[in-house]
Amino acid sequence: MLAALFLGGVGPAAAQPAMPVPEASPLAAARPPDPENGRRIVVDRRRGLCLLCHSGPFPEVRFQGDLAPSLAGAGSRWTPAQLRARLIDSRQFNGETIMPPYFRAEGQIRVGRAFSGRSILTAEEIEDVTAFLATLRD
Amino acid sequence: MIRRAGRALVLLAVLAGALNADEIPPGERLSGYDMMGAEAQAMQRDDFANPAMLAVKEGEALWHAVPGEGRPSCAGCHGDAAASMKGVAARYPARDVPSGRLFDLPGRIQACQNGRQGIAPQPRESTGLLALEAYLALQSRGMPLASPRARGLDDAVQRGEGLYRQRFGQLDLSCAQCHSQNWGRSLAGTRIPQAHPTGYPLFRMEWQAVGSLQRRFRNCMTGIRAEPFPPGAPEWIDLEIYLKERAAGMRVDAPAVRP
Ligand code: HEC
Ligand code: HEC
Repeated sequence: MLAALFLGGVGPAAAQPAMPVPEASPLAAARPPDPENGRRIVVDRRRGLCLLCHSGPFPEVRFQGDLAPSLAGAGSRWTPAQLRARLIDSRQFNGETIMPPYFRAEGQIRVGRAFSGRSILTAEEIEDVTAFLATLRD
Repeated sequence: MIRRAGRALVLLAVLAGALNADEIPPGERLSGYDMMGAEAQAMQRDDFANPAMLAVKEGEALWHAVPGEGRPSCAGCHGDAAASMKGVAARYPARDVPSGRLFDLPGRIQACQNGRQGIAPQPRESTGLLALEAYLALQSRGMPLASPRARGLDDAVQRGEGLYRQRFGQLDLSCAQCHSQNWGRSLAGTRIPQAHPTGYPLFRMEWQAVGSLQRRFRNCMTGIRAEPFPPGAPEWIDLEIYLKERAAGMRVDAPAVRP
């Protein structure tokens, strides 16, 4: 039951979004994406926080999480549009997900003062991380 | 009529069961002690190695200290703590009958300081209050946590569960998502415990100090980038009551040690 809750929706077939994901980015980034910056964000515990939950091909990061699928090969399993949509708000695919919504600045409850009114990442940072994830191919 | 009510009850039970599919069955409950490394366990088991025992010593001294001319010490009213305070920590938080208010243990100590001793209550997280908490908690060591529901605190249990299941903060996570649905997994190398409050107050190596359950709650809230409730807030007490219901029957192992 629990396993179904957490493993369901992870495989590409199950996680195909019900709604079509736009190919063109809905975000208005002010500059072209920078995949190297995307990598820095992913490994940074205070910015991306990704490796709290995920693991992946990041040999320099000693402690990685096992709450989520490995990011290795994410770029083979998903199109950039799908990756971006997950980052923006994974709740559109799985209402129970533990993956935080990276581009949502409202709707959360009791957001800490230092973070209120801001999304976890900016539009530029979402594009950077998307571009980086797309390079993770197996 | 009765049959129909019965059916409605069954349906309710089924629904409640479905809502709480993540509840940990009693036989699978693990305390923070059960889940930590052998070294930290050894430190907790040995009263000479457990740094929280220093707080207990200080608490014992405060128990007997006269706060001022003509004012009673704790012992002046309650006598020998080993007898009068046995089991108290295992059944707190509790409802104060005259006021109807819910008190956690530190709140109760503060109320005695204020009302009975006529002194300014020691603030939460002060070494003095933590020392008294640790001394009282020790008097319940090994006793099973009482069920708040069995003592008529259903309303608080329900509010506490609501908070436990509420997503909070910029990261939009609930306590239940980590502690009921992902316990045992690794959050960047830290094993997620089941969040059973058997050992508080406790010495945490990361804090290099003894801290309260509310300090732990605050750490988890700020971890998900949520604004913590203020110290002593009723929300914290409801949460504690819910966690104690979830942990009812587990044994008090305060003052504990955590990595
Ligand atoms: C608190 C946990 C958590 C954090 C933090 C997190 N994720 Fe996730 N992520 C998940 C979970 C769980 C899934 C599995 C699908 C689901 O439940 O939504 C997932 C799924 C994914 C997927 C799809 C994986 C696949 O192959 O199916 C990608 C890509 C992804 N996350 C990228 C990221 C990136 C990049 C970050 C940081 C910017 C991040 N995640 C932060 C929990 C998290
Ligand atoms: C993102 C995951 C996460 C969320 C959400 C979370 N916690 Fe925790 N919690 C942890 C981790 C990890 C630890 C262990 C910390 C350590 O040992 O370093 C912990 C420890 C605890 C403990 C201490 C258990 C012990 O044995 O000492 C309690 C109690 C607790 N959390 C309660 C809560 C409550 C209440 C909430 C919601 C307000 C909450 N947590 C939200 C991850 C989380």
